[in-house]
Amino acid sequence: MLYSIFIDPFVQMAGAPDLLVQTIWEGTVSGVLYALIALGFVLIYKASGVFNYAQGIMVVFSALTLVGTYQKLGGLGFSGPGAAFLALAFALLVMFILAVTVERVVLRPLVNQPDIILLMATFGVTYFLIGFGEYVFGGEPKQMIAEQLFLPKGATEFQMAGGFVQLQNIDVAAAVIAVIMIIGLSAFFQYTRIGRALRAVADSHKAALSVGISLNQIWIVVWFTAGIVALVTGIMWGARSNVSFALEVVALKALPVLILGGLTSIPGAIVGGLIIGIGEKLGEFYWGPLVGSGIESWLAYVIALAFLLFRPQGLFGDKIIERI
Amino acid sequence: MKHLKSLTAGVALAAGLGAAAPAFAADEIFVPLFTYRTGPFAGSGVPIADGMKDYLTMLNERDGGIGGVKLKLEECETGYDTKKGVECYESIKGKNPVMTNPWSTGITLQLIPKAGVDKIPVLSMAYGLSAAARGDTFPWVFNPPNTYWDGLSIIMKYIGTQAGGMDKLKGKTIGYIYLDAGFGKEPIPLFEQYAKDVGFTLKLYPVGATEMQNQSAQWLNVRRDKPDFMVMYGWGALNPTAIKEAVKIGYPMDKFVSIWWPGEDDARSAGEGAKGFKTLNWHAVGADFPAMQDVKKYVVDAGKSLYPKEKFGELLYARGVYNAILIAEGISQAQKITGKKVVTGEDVRRGLEQMDLSEARLKEIGLAGFTAPLKLSCADHNGHRAAFVQEWTGTAWKKVTDPIEPNLQVVTPLLDGAAKDYAEKNTGWPKRTEVCDKAS
Repeated sequence: MLYSIFIDPFVQMAGAPDLLVQTIWEGTVSGVLYALIALGFVLIYKASGVFNYAQGIMVVFSALTLVGTYQKLGGLGFSGPGAAFLALAFALLVMFILAVTVERVVLRPLVNQPDIILLMATFGVTYFLIGFGEYVFGGEPKQMIAEQLFLPKGATEFQMAGGFVQLQNIDVAAAVIAVIMIIGLSAFFQYTRIGRALRAVADSHKAALSVGISLNQIWIVVWFTAGIVALVTGIMWGARSNVSFALEVVALKALPVLILGGLTSIPGAIVGGLIIGIGEKLGEFYWGPLVGSGIESWLAYVIALAFLLFRPQGLFGDKIIERI
Repeated sequence: MKHLKSLTAGVALAAGLGAAAPAFAADEIFVPLFTYRTGPFAGSGVPIADGMKDYLTMLNERDGGIGGVKLKLEECETGYDTKKGVECYESIKGKNPVMTNPWSTGITLQLIPKAGVDKIPVLSMAYGLSAAARGDTFPWVFNPPNTYWDGLSIIMKYIGTQAGGMDKLKGKTIGYIYLDAGFGKEPIPLFEQYAKDVGFTLKLYPVGATEMQNQSAQWLNVRRDKPDFMVMYGWGALNPTAIKEAVKIGYPMDKFVSIWWPGEDDARSAGEGAKGFKTLNWHAVGADFPAMQDVKKYVVDAGKSLYPKEKFGELLYARGVYNAILIAEGISQAQKITGKKVVTGEDVRRGLEQMDLSEARLKEIGLAGFTAPLKLSCADHNGHRAAFVQEWTGTAWKKVTDPIEPNLQVVTPLLDGAAKDYAEKNTGWPKRTEVCDKAS
C-alpha cells in the first residue's frame, strides 16, 4: 500500500513522461480558467467587500447571452463572423447593464449593511440570472460559436519519449488569452486613474470617498470588469465543452482557489488557480485509481485546506491582526 | 385582539377556499410530470420533458383526454436533484396523482418505499432500480421496457460480437465511464460479474456531477489504460463532454458504446470526430408516424409546445413520447379493467400490470413500427425487451444491428437476488398483497 502511494506514482511519471507532461498541461489549462473565475471574485471583493456568489452564474449567463443572441440573429438570417462579433458586443453591453443594475438595485441600497446581507444579495442575483437566462435563452446546452469568433480548432501534437503530447489549439488559445487578460488587468489597475482609484477604494472606502472618488462609479467599473472576465471564461470553457448550466458548478471550483490564494490577491488567484488545477489533475491521474478514482471533486478542497494549515490567510491574503 | 381577528379571518378564508376549490376537478386525471428544464442535466431533461408533455397534450386536444377524461398535466422542476424531487412528490401526493415519473434514479430510489404506502405507482421508464422489474416484490414500481442490467447485457453481447465471440474478450480491458450517482453505479455489480465470468479487466472511470464538463483527467486515464472497448452510462452534460474528450484523445469511436441516453445534440457537438459513436435504442426517431403527425398538428404547429420545431422527432424527444405512451396505456388499461372513467393511482397500478402494447395496439394508436410490442404482467414489471445498436453518422443516428435480446440467463438470477436483498435489507418490506388481475 505504501509503495502504491509513495513510490509507484513517481515510477509511472518517470516511465511515461509524455503522460506526465500531458497531465500537467491539462491541469494548467483548467488552472488558468479557474484563476480567471477567481479573479472575478477577487476584483469585486477588493472593491466592494462583497463575496460575489453570482460570479459562477455570470460565466454561464454571459456565454449564454453570446450564443443565444447569435442564434436569434441566425433566425433573422444573419450569421457568420459578423453576427458573432455583433453578438459579442451585445453580450458586453448586457454585462455592462448588469453591472449598472447591480450597483443601483443591490449595492447602493445595501451600503453599510453587514457583509452577510450583501452575500445573500448576491445569492439573489444568482437565482435571478439563472431564471432570466433560462427564460430568455432556454436551459438546453448550446454550442459555443468558436469558429465564428476565429478561435482555433484542431490540435498540435509532438512526440516525446516514445509517446506523444497533444495540445488542443483551443486550450493554447485559452491559456494565451487568460495570460493577456491578467497582464491587461494588472496594467489597468496599476497605471490608469480608475485603476488607482479602485486600489484606493480597496484599501479604505472612507479615505477614498474623502478624496473625491466616486464609490458608485468604481463599483460599476469593477462589476463590469468581472463581467468581461466571466464572458471570456465562458467563451473558453464553452468552446472546450458546451455552454450549459453545468458550467456554473465548474465555476465554483474557484472557491478552493480563493481559499488557497486569498480573497484579496490577484497574484493569489493566479497562483492558486494553477496549484489547484495541476494538483487535482495529478491527484486524479496518479493517485485516484488507488481509491476507485473520482477524487477530483473534493481533492481541490483538500489541497486548499492543506495550505491553510501553514498559511491561514491564504498564500497571498492579507494577514489579519486584530487587537483584543 | 386585532391580530387575533385577522388570524381567525385568514384561517376561515383559507379553510373556505380549500373547501370550495379542490386541488383538481373530479372529472380530470392528474398526471404530474417531474421534469428538469434547468441545471446541469437540462440538456437531456428538456427534450424528454417536451416529448412527454406534447404527446399527452395532443391526447387532450385531439381526443379530449383518455376515455373522454381530460388529463391534468403539471410539471414540477426537480433539476435532477433528489431532494427537490422528493419535495415535488410531497407537493403533488395530496392531489390524487395516478402515477409519478421521477426521471432520476436517485429520486426513484426515494419514492419506491413511498409508492405502496401512498398508493401512487412509480413509472421509471428504463431507469431506476433494476430489481424493481420483479412485480412480486415491487408491486407499485414499473421500469419497462429494459433495466440498466438488460442494457449492459445487450452491450456485452454486441461487444462480444465485435471481438469475434465472448471468449475473445478474455484478457482484454473494458473501460466504464459513468455518472458517479445511483444511475451510473447501478450496472456495476453486473459488470463485475461479467468481468469475473469472461475474464476481462474492468476499469472504472467515475465522473462526479461537478466534473461533468471537466473530464480531462478521466480521459487521460483512458489513454493510459488503453481499454479495448469503452462503455458509457452518462446523463446531462456528461455525455457531450465525454464524446468530445474521446475524440480529443483519439479513442476509436467504433469501440465506444453507450447506454440509451445520448441524443443528437450530445454527438453533434463533438463534430466530425464523433462519427461511429454508438448507443442503444429501442424506438424510432422522426415524425413519420400518424401519432407524431398529430402531435405536430395539435401541439407543435398550434404553438403549444416549448420544443424547437426544427428538432421535432429527435431521439430524446421521441423517448419522452415513448414514456407518455406508457402513461397513456396504463391509464387506458385501468379504465378498461375498472370500468371507471376517472381512475386512481391504485387503478393505474393494475392498468400498468395489464399493459399489452401489441402490434395491433401500436397500429391503433398511430405508432405502428415505432417500437417493438411490450407486455407486462404481475410478476414482470419490465418486459426485458430487445434493443438495437445505432451509430452516429455525423448528422443522424443509423441503426446498425437487429434488435439484440438481453441476456436473461445472466440478468434474471441477479434481479431475483437483488429484489430479495432489497426486501431483506429494508426491514418490514411488505409482502405483496395486491391481487393480480385475471388477464395478467
